[in-house]
Amino acid sequence: MSTVGIVMLVHTALNRAEQVARHWIAAGCPVVIHVDTNVSKPVFTAFKAAFADEPLVLFSRRHRCEWGTWGIVAASQSASELMLARFPDVRHVYLASGACLPLRPVSELIDYLAARPRTDFIESATTADVPWIVGGLDVERFTLRFPFSWKRQRFLFDRYVALQRRIGMRRRIPSGLVPHMGSQWWCLTRRTLSAILDDPDRPRHDRYFRHVWIPDESYYQTLARLYSSKIESRSLTLSKFDFQGKPHNFYDDHLQLLRRSDCFAARKIWPHANRLYATFLGDSANAMKGTEPNPGKIDRIFAKAVERRTRGRPGLYMQSRLPDKGSENGVTCNPYSVFQGFTELFEDFEDWLSHVTGAKVHGHLFAPDRVEFAGRKPLLNGALSDSTRLRDYNSKAFLTNLIWNTRGERQCFQFGPQDNQSINWLVARDPNAQVSVISGAWAVSLFKSNKNFADLRKEAARLQQIEAKHIEVLRSRFVKARVRIWTMAEFVEAPMEPIQTILDEFGAHAQRHLNTAPKMVDLAGFGQFLQNLKNQGMHPYLMGDFPAEQGPFNLPNQPRKPYLVR
Amino acid sequence: MRLRRKRRILRGMRKSRELTAVQDNTHSISPSDILLVATMRNEQIRLPYFLDYYRALGVNHFLFVDNGSVDGTVDYLRGMADVSIWHTLSSYRRASFGIDWMNHLKRRYAHGHWVLVVDPDELFVYPFCDSRPLRALTDWLDGSGIRSFSAMLLDVYPKGPVNAVPYQAGQDPLEIAHWFDSGNYSIKRNPVYGNLWIQGGPRARTFFANQPQKAPALNKIPLVKWDRRYSFVSSTHALLPRGLNQVYETNGGEKASGVLLHTKFLHTFTEKAEEELQRKQHYAQSAEYRAYAKSGAQPLDLWCSWSEKYINWRQLEILGLMSKGNWA
Repeated sequence: MSTVGIVMLVHTALNRAEQVARHWIAAGCPVVIHVDTNVSKPVFTAFKAAFADEPLVLFSRRHRCEWGTWGIVAASQSASELMLARFPDVRHVYLASGACLPLRPVSELIDYLAARPRTDFIESATTADVPWIVGGLDVERFTLRFPFSWKRQRFLFDRYVALQRRIGMRRRIPSGLVPHMGSQWWCLTRRTLSAILDDPDRPRHDRYFRHVWIPDESYYQTLARLYSSKIESRSLTLSKFDFQGKPHNFYDDHLQLLRRSDCFAARKIWPHANRLYATFLGDSANAMKGTEPNPGKIDRIFAKAVERRTRGRPGLYMQSRLPDKGSENGVTCNPYSVFQGFTELFEDFEDWLSHVTGAKVHGHLFAPDRVEFAGRKPLLNGALSDSTRLRDYNSKAFLTNLIWNTRGERQCFQFGPQDNQSINWLVARDPNAQVSVISGAWAVSLFKSNKNFADLRKEAARLQQIEAKHIEVLRSRFVKARVRIWTMAEFVEAPMEPIQTILDEFGAHAQRHLNTAPKMVDLAGFGQFLQNLKNQGMHPYLMGDFPAEQGPFNLPNQPRKPYLVR
Repeated sequence: MRLRRKRRILRGMRKSRELTAVQDNTHSISPSDILLVATMRNEQIRLPYFLDYYRALGVNHFLFVDNGSVDGTVDYLRGMADVSIWHTLSSYRRASFGIDWMNHLKRRYAHGHWVLVVDPDELFVYPFCDSRPLRALTDWLDGSGIRSFSAMLLDVYPKGPVNAVPYQAGQDPLEIAHWFDSGNYSIKRNPVYGNLWIQGGPRARTFFANQPQKAPALNKIPLVKWDRRYSFVSSTHALLPRGLNQVYETNGGEKASGVLLHTKFLHTFTEKAEEELQRKQHYAQSAEYRAYAKSGAQPLDLWCSWSEKYINWRQLEILGLMSKGNWA
């Protein structure tokens, strides 16, 4: 008989539990099985009968095991007592569940433990030092009472916790105990385990832990600290938890992953994972052969799953991820640039920009008459259509889709007061956005156009109002985008400096220094155009102070100051 | 909302009188079985592959409503031990597009079961569907306390005219139609039922570019741990009680979700379009078929240079059309 005894807690998938128990006893390990009282009597008797002629298998007194309650500890206590009493050769007791699967040959486990006869393997850390507590109850697990079931009586559970918090009810932690927590799957030496179970203070401990929250993660973990001479704070059972504290399942496609684990057993195994059971319970000597342990990979995969469930992919909006405003964790997924007023002020600005930066430069994506994709193509990545109606139907989705579909490639687009303004707040709140505005530059296209002056005046008033509103948004204190705003007058004075700053932010894509400059449109007469607007009573102020180069001719000379004779 | 739900259930009971059982194998349903419910009309050509596909995933029993097929659908299904069939000649539209009939069947037979509600041209794809059976998913959902699982409708279409390559019975429709639109979907929230309203894809891009609000809804919740008090309200887009529609995370994270590959665009589409235009039994007065008819005489081709070729669920996951959530 082996010196390692297995205590097995079983509540479902009894056929798998039987298979695993047979695997343990085949290697000579005695097994004590605890079956939850929720398992019906006929099922239990049939299960028990299967081991009738097996001297190494015993069944302990049955308890009701509900998650988070004392029953699980009681179950492991009775089973451990039975183990220690009936199998005197056992030196280490390994607590396992019916959904545990031994990964390495049992003989390896026996040798490993034989080489460390005094070591207790139990994950045990003080509450202050662990990040894995789910549900907001850390120290309070030990200082409040939990008579209600979290699963069945959630309302009462929550109310009672709130009540105890309100009236400041506190339980005293029995003297000498320092609360520790850790994985419930341990492997303890006979010395430590019997010290815990035969302690004259045990009734006191049990009484205390009976109303602690999730005592199976703290009972042994705390008490082992009292008696153990050597604790190795880790579990020999591989077990990964999701964001709600539930264990992850392992499936057939995890086979290669599990082969690289450095643990002796893994849980939980999905009961129908035939290939896993066949591989590890079959010729298990070969299962792990030729693989270097690489537990980091397992960690990464499951850590990523938690991350995906709690934070998700930034900038993705889809059927199972529709973040509320403010909790997006990234409004969009990739940096992009918005240029306002540049195409108006420079000839061929789009071509020049894409040439200099290598980024994808679109025209006015939100123009009223068409979606000006780069190259004026009808469709873009992800089969995004250039239909203005589709775009305006959900313009925010249009923008976030565009950025998502082209991730990895920087997008630039032109914007202006004549465009659909419904994305303004989205862009302003987005740290990925780089917004550069030459305010008032929209007047240049009016200046160049050939319309009636009355219409121009009306249009100028409208655009100025829209742009003023937009700038108000861009200057709000909620803005997360990198915003730069110049008045047109300011910009025209020294255009290259701001452009260089903008492009520097593009990072590696941009050239160090600009050797070609975009060509500015001819602004001769623009000052006069603005003056004309002013004369018509429409006051264009967003472009800054633009001198009317040629002074008006027909103003009457100022009357000379009269000489004063004293 | 409770009244609406009750009304739905009553309606299902009333409409159930229109159904006559042709083949009732429901006695063979065992308590842990996964069921599939579908309404169909003249879809015999799709059934061989459809049944193979879902049997391989681990569906244990099929409950079909046959709405007056004349192509031998019933004869084909007769004798299959895992198929139960009901027959009706009544109006599909007046039965809320089949929902009333199916609500009734589920209420009667699917209480406590995981049930998949799909059309014969929809193939269910979920995370790890190539290595884990459907039961792995439902067990995981059970373990996580999740009652409903969303799978967006993803239109797949062939390259070239839809009727260029005729589909053969038993063939994988994805051999012909394996292109899809990856990133032109608009999502809105329906304040009434709390479900999402997803529109977009090739149909919105080609048929509905000028009236996007009429584009077909693509959000679906096809997999539900059924309770006799539950009820679908409009196709499988929304359920009551409303909590079942919370298949999306609003806090930034991703819940697990799948995709229904919609293999409507095969050579059968043009025939169907003509027939359905006559029958006017589809949603919004068959707006979709009308839009298609309006698009002219030239053969329909949905393919474009940005169409994505379907490979597997992992591709859909990377593109952000579905998610593994915290299932790993």
